[in-house]
Amino acid sequence: MSLNGLYKEVILDHYRAPRHRGIIEEPSFQEGGHNPSCGDTLEIFVRLDDQDVIQAICFEGHGCSISMASSSMMTEIMEGKSLEEALDIVRIFEGMMQGEAEFPDTDEYLDVISLKGVADFPVRLKCATLAWDTVKRGITRYQSSEKMAEE
Amino acid sequence: MSSQNGKNGKLKKKPAGLNVEKIREDFPILGREVHPGKPLVYLDNAATSQKPQVVIDRLSEYYAEYNANVHRGIHVLSEEATDAYERAREKIQHFIHAESSQNIVYTKGATESINLVANAWGRKFLEPGDEILVSYMEHHSNLVPWQLVAAATGARIRGIELTKDGHLDLEHLETLFNEKTKLVAVTQMSNVLGTINPVRDIAEMAHRAGALMLVDGAQGAAHMPTDVRQMDCDFYVFSGHKMCGPTGVGVLYAKSDLLEAMDPFMGGGEMIEEVHLDASTYKDPPWKFEAGTPNIAQAIGLGYAIDYIRNIGMDVIHAHESDLMNYAMQRMRYFDDITVFGPLGTRGGIVSFTMEGTHPHDIATIVDQEGVALRAGHHCAQPLMRKLQVGSTARISIYFYNTTDEIDKFLSALTQVREIFGNVAQRTV
Repeated sequence: MSLNGLYKEVILDHYRAPRHRGIIEEPSFQEGGHNPSCGDTLEIFVRLDDQDVIQAICFEGHGCSISMASSSMMTEIMEGKSLEEALDIVRIFEGMMQGEAEFPDTDEYLDVISLKGVADFPVRLKCATLAWDTVKRGITRYQSSEKMAEE
Repeated sequence: MSSQNGKNGKLKKKPAGLNVEKIREDFPILGREVHPGKPLVYLDNAATSQKPQVVIDRLSEYYAEYNANVHRGIHVLSEEATDAYERAREKIQHFIHAESSQNIVYTKGATESINLVANAWGRKFLEPGDEILVSYMEHHSNLVPWQLVAAATGARIRGIELTKDGHLDLEHLETLFNEKTKLVAVTQMSNVLGTINPVRDIAEMAHRAGALMLVDGAQGAAHMPTDVRQMDCDFYVFSGHKMCGPTGVGVLYAKSDLLEAMDPFMGGGEMIEEVHLDASTYKDPPWKFEAGTPNIAQAIGLGYAIDYIRNIGMDVIHAHESDLMNYAMQRMRYFDDITVFGPLGTRGGIVSFTMEGTHPHDIATIVDQEGVALRAGHHCAQPLMRKLQVGSTARISIYFYNTTDEIDKFLSALTQVREIFGNVAQRTV
């Protein structure tokens, strides 16, 4: 267990120069996340196209390097994905953090795979998972509200 | 265990008055490594202190030799347990210079003590429109119980502002008093800023306004001489575990007439005199407030913890911590990316800080790899964090067994933080 596994350059890079940071006016949905014990806060904004594909996704918030880098990586991956694909990716991420699943070893997932090292620091796990928990909750809520609107 | 001689090679750096190396031998945990080759540097004492062997031994001694319930059995073990339990109460009385041991109520900690006052006193005596004054530097445990009792009684909470350098704004406090003011609840020492509040003066102001004064001694009792009669507070609360004692035991001191007038907090065994199906009479204070089987071993352990720290001397402890705090503050000034919060002059051994571009949790993780235990977060003081306009801070908190060498290790760990976070732009391509 070493700090090199936690503070990989790619993580620090996402922390210092986060992708997709900002807000989306009139999003299809937005969702807030919060780690009460450390005070990290996150708001994720998603705009969908008419096929329910994520056209744009942004986050705004305050937190440690791990939570901010993880948010940045999450938004980068989710852009262009359908909601079902997005939920699948969240499931793989959750599995990866528990050592039970792996992302495909492709360029697209290179950055997010670097978060695996956080699993060696159990108290920091929730920093890494905040963004993914939040987007999952946002999607699920959006889907159930759409379903209710249809019925 | 206490010693005035400092015949040690590092005399130049060592604050006088305390043989720290010898004292450290009393604390088994201080000898452990937390990572290979990284001995523990424990600077999270405001969260909880470590325990000397004598306290650990007295806990097992109780369970091994005279474990019994107190105030009940007519047998030797119960008698011995009751004796030890009540003797510890007397030690607490002398430690804070209370009038009598009957002014000392056992609780499970400072939090429960405040909840006891909020319920047993607040719900009985507060009326709609009454005002409770608290400060912006209070721990959540000195805020939330008052919010609950305010909601139940229609009382109102008002906040004492802070000055720019982290003291209570006494001029502002003066303007808050009116005929509705019933209680001032203020901490003796801020668990974030290290500010030591002039609680004696504030008690005088409160009394002039016809209000009562509660002092939260969670960070005070462990670190400086405390005299509740000199302070003239009406309620004083503290926890055992922050002063070398076990977890699960704390203290409420209150003036006798208040304890008499207050309702019981919890009902049950131990606290009654006569019980009928629909009504009961209660024991005298303090036992009226101690329903159920108390934390007997812990209370006894706290008594021995008090013996231990009194033997070192509360003045000596306070002076050593001040020296170390000043040493740390001076050297932290060399880091131009560090912001230190709180007063610059006299303060307790607590230093909260932030580092530019680095979140406190990242600081805590990195220094932990060097064996340094510090706290990062809001420190259960969210209203204060808002005043400071930060989400969280990193915090070191010092106790008498800490050394300048440990402060140096902490400072050197901070340079690691800077190494990882300071030059990210150059490090990434």
